[in-house]
Amino acid sequence: MNVHYHSYDAVVVGAGGAGLRAAIELAGEARTAVLTKLYPTRSHTGAAQGGMCAALANVEEDYWEWHAFDTVKGGDYLGDQDAIDIMCREAIDAVIDLEHFGLPFSRTPQGRIDQRRFGGHTRNHGEAPVRRSCYAADRTGHMILHTLYQRCLAKEVNFFNEFQVFDVLFEGEGANRRAAGVVAYEMATGDLHVFVSKGVLFATGGYGKMFKISSNAHTLTGDGPGVLFKAGIPMEDLEFYQFHPTGIYGFGILLSEAARGEGGILRNSDGERFMERVAPTVKDLAPRDMVSRAIHAEIKAGRGAGPKSDYVYLDLTHLPPEQIDSKLPDITDFVRTYLGIEPKKDPIPIQPTAHYAMGGIPTNVEGEVIVDDQNTVLPGLYAAGECACVSVHGANRLGTNSLLDIVVFGRRGGKAMAEYVKNVGHPDVPKGAEAKVRERIEQLKAGTGSEKVGEIRTTLQESMTLDASVVRTNESLTDARKTVEELKAQYANIKIDDKGEVFNYDLTEAMELGHLLDLAHGLVVGAQARTESRGAHWRDDYPTRDDQNWMKHTLAHLEQDGSIRLSYKQVVAGNYQPMERKY
Amino acid sequence: MTVTESPATPKADKAKELVRVHLRIKRYDPETDTRPRWQEFEVEMSPGDRVLDALHLVKWTQDGTLTFRRSCAHGVCGSDAMVINGENKLACINLIKNIGTDLTIEPIRGLEVIKDLVVDMEPFFAQHRSVMPYLIAHDDPGYKERLQTQEDRDRFDDTTKCILCACCTTSCPIYWANSEYVGPAAIVSAHRFIFDSRDDGAQERLDILNQKSGVFRCKTSFNCTEACPRGIKVTQAIEEVKRAILYDRV
Repeated sequence: MNVHYHSYDAVVVGAGGAGLRAAIELAGEARTAVLTKLYPTRSHTGAAQGGMCAALANVEEDYWEWHAFDTVKGGDYLGDQDAIDIMCREAIDAVIDLEHFGLPFSRTPQGRIDQRRFGGHTRNHGEAPVRRSCYAADRTGHMILHTLYQRCLAKEVNFFNEFQVFDVLFEGEGANRRAAGVVAYEMATGDLHVFVSKGVLFATGGYGKMFKISSNAHTLTGDGPGVLFKAGIPMEDLEFYQFHPTGIYGFGILLSEAARGEGGILRNSDGERFMERVAPTVKDLAPRDMVSRAIHAEIKAGRGAGPKSDYVYLDLTHLPPEQIDSKLPDITDFVRTYLGIEPKKDPIPIQPTAHYAMGGIPTNVEGEVIVDDQNTVLPGLYAAGECACVSVHGANRLGTNSLLDIVVFGRRGGKAMAEYVKNVGHPDVPKGAEAKVRERIEQLKAGTGSEKVGEIRTTLQESMTLDASVVRTNESLTDARKTVEELKAQYANIKIDDKGEVFNYDLTEAMELGHLLDLAHGLVVGAQARTESRGAHWRDDYPTRDDQNWMKHTLAHLEQDGSIRLSYKQVVAGNYQPMERKY
Repeated sequence: MTVTESPATPKADKAKELVRVHLRIKRYDPETDTRPRWQEFEVEMSPGDRVLDALHLVKWTQDGTLTFRRSCAHGVCGSDAMVINGENKLACINLIKNIGTDLTIEPIRGLEVIKDLVVDMEPFFAQHRSVMPYLIAHDDPGYKERLQTQEDRDRFDDTTKCILCACCTTSCPIYWANSEYVGPAAIVSAHRFIFDSRDDGAQERLDILNQKSGVFRCKTSFNCTEACPRGIKVTQAIEEVKRAILYDRV
C-alpha cells in the first residue's frame, strides 16, 4: 500500500449538489481538490425529481416569507428560524444562478421558469397549495447535478474521482483542534492519499442504507458523518429521519410528490381518498410525515391493498395522458419497469420509503461545523447538504427543500471556506498521519473472524425498518437498540473475502457498514430518549408534541467505548411561534 | 376509481415465488489473473428482482471479490452499464422475469478492463470534456432568468436526459475500432448545448466535432440508440449535429 501526500488550501469531500456548488465558489479562489467515491454525475442528487422551491412568483402571488413559514411549520418548529429565513430568501437567487449556469427548467408560456405545487407549500400561511416549485419535468435533480458538474468543468475544478475518505485530520488537541485535511483511499490502486489542507468541507449525502425499504442509493452510507462522529464531533437530531410516502412497493424507489402536485391521489383498498380525512385543506399535498403516518394508519386499520394488505395506491389514472408524459415521464417509466403496470390505466402500489436525514453534522449558517451546545465552531471544518444539519428542516423536511438546501448552503459553505483559507497558515500534519487508516485496512484484510458484512447490514436494515421508522414506541426502540448494539459487537469480528488492492469494494463496504452502525445507534438512542412526537419522529406511546420539554435539538456523542451520550441544544426562535400543526 | 381487483395485485403476489438464476460472469483480477476467465454462480431470487440484485446476492453471500460499480439502483446514476446476454444494459433496470434466468455478464467493450466488470472510464469522461459540455453565453442576463420558450426548450430536451453511463459509446463498432473517435455520448452532450437557444458556443463545438475524430466517423449503425437506457434518439442527435456542420445552420 503506497502513500501519497498532497497539499491544498481546500478539500471538498463529495461531489453531489452541495459539494459541486461549494467547489464553484472555491474555484479560482483557493487551490481546491474535490474528492468523490463515485464520479460526480453518479451522485444521488441526480435522483431527485420534483423540483426546488423558491418564491419567484412567476405563476402566482408568492413571498419568501410564506415559504419560510411553511418550512418552519413543516419542520414542526424544530428548525432554526435564522437559517430558514436565509434559505428561503436566497432561494430566489439560487434558482436564477442555476438558470444562468444553463439549467434547462420547464417554462411557462411566457418563457419564464414554470412552477408547480408541492407538499406543505402554501399561500398566505396555509390557505391553499401554492405553485412554488421550479422544475425540469420530473428530473430536476438530474438537471441540477449535471448543470453544476458542467459549471465545474468550465471552471476547471480539480476532481479526484473514486477516492473514498476514511479519516479526517486535525492540528492540535481537544478544544484547540482545527481541520488539517483528510486521508483518502484510491479505489483504482488501493493506495492511501493524505490531503493536507487548511479547510475541509464534507458534502457526502445521507445514510438511508441503514433501512431496508429505502429510496437511497447503495452508496449512501453516511461516510462524512461517520468519520466525524468517530473523531468526536457530535451529530444533531439523528432521530429525525424522513419516510417518503410514495416509494414503489417492494423496491422503495421514489415516486415524486410532484405526482400529487400534478393532481395524483392516494387511495386505500376501498378506493377512498383517505387524505381528505387527515388533512382537509391540502389533502394529498400534506407534508410527508403526516402522509406516511396516514398510510401506516390505513394499513394498520386493515384498509391496505394486496395479498398482505400492506400497501396503498397512488392513483394517476384521471390525469390527462399528455400531462403524465410531459410532467412525470421518468417516474411513470419506473412504474412500468419495476411493477410492469401502466400508470395511465392502473393505480400504483406504494409504501413509505426511508428517504432523507434531517439530522447530521451540526453547522451554523456559514456551513461551519459546530461541536457543542454553545455553537462553538471547529475552525476549518465545514459541512453542507444532507450530511449537514443547519437546521433548516427541523423535524420534517418539506419536499423540494433538499435541492434548495444543497445549493444555498453549498454556496455559503464554499464561500466561507474560500474566505477562511485566505487568512490562515498551512496546517502542520506529522508524517504518518495515515497510520490509523492503514492499520484498520490491514486488520480487515487479515481478519479471521466469522461475521459477514452483508449479513450484518441486512439484519440492521430489517431491524431499523421494523422498529425505528414511521411509528416508534419505547418497546420497538428497545428492540432496535439491542439489535444495533449486538451488531456493533459482531462488526468487531468481521471477515472480508477480497484481500486485493485494486477496486476492493468488499473492503469499502465493510468501512461503510461501520458508519451505518454508529449512526443507527445514535438514531435509536436519541429516538428512545425523546418522549414526544414531533415531525417525522412519531412515538405511539407519546403521541403529542411537548414544547415545554422537547423543543430542543439533540446532540449525540459517540464515546470512546462505543456508547452514545446525549446532550441538547437550543432551537433558534424567530417570527413564527409554535402552534398546532394542521393542514 | 374502484379498487376491487387491481391488476397490480397478482403481479406483486407472483413476484414472491423464487426462481433459480444461473450467472456466467467474465472475471479478471489484475493481481492474480493473466487473462480473463469465466466463472459461474447460481442464486435463488424473486423474478421481480433486478440483474443488479443477482450480482449483489453473489457478492454478499458467495464471493465478496466479485467487483462491479453501482449506486442508485434505478437507472438514473449510470454506474452499472455492462454487457448482459450480449447487449449493453444497466443491471439495475432489467428484471429477471423479463431478461430470463440464464445470464451472461461481461464488462462493456472498448474501454480497458481494470477488474471484473469495472473498466477505465477516464477516456470516456475525457471525450465528454473535449466538447465543451457547459453553457457558453456572452449575454448579460442581469439579475433575472433568461427567457426561453417551451418550444426552444423542447428542441434539446431529449439530449438533456443523458446520464453518461457509456452504454452508447461502448456499443459503437467505430469506437471499438478507433478509441480516438469522440463517441456518441460526447456528441449527445454537445448537442444538448448546440441546440440550446441560450448558448453562444455552437460554432466552437461544431469545429471540434468536425475534426478527424469527430462526428463524421459515425457510420449510422444505430447501436447507440438501441443501447441507450434513457431512450435518447442518439443517432438522430448525431445526424442533427452533422447537418449543422454541413449546412452551417443550428
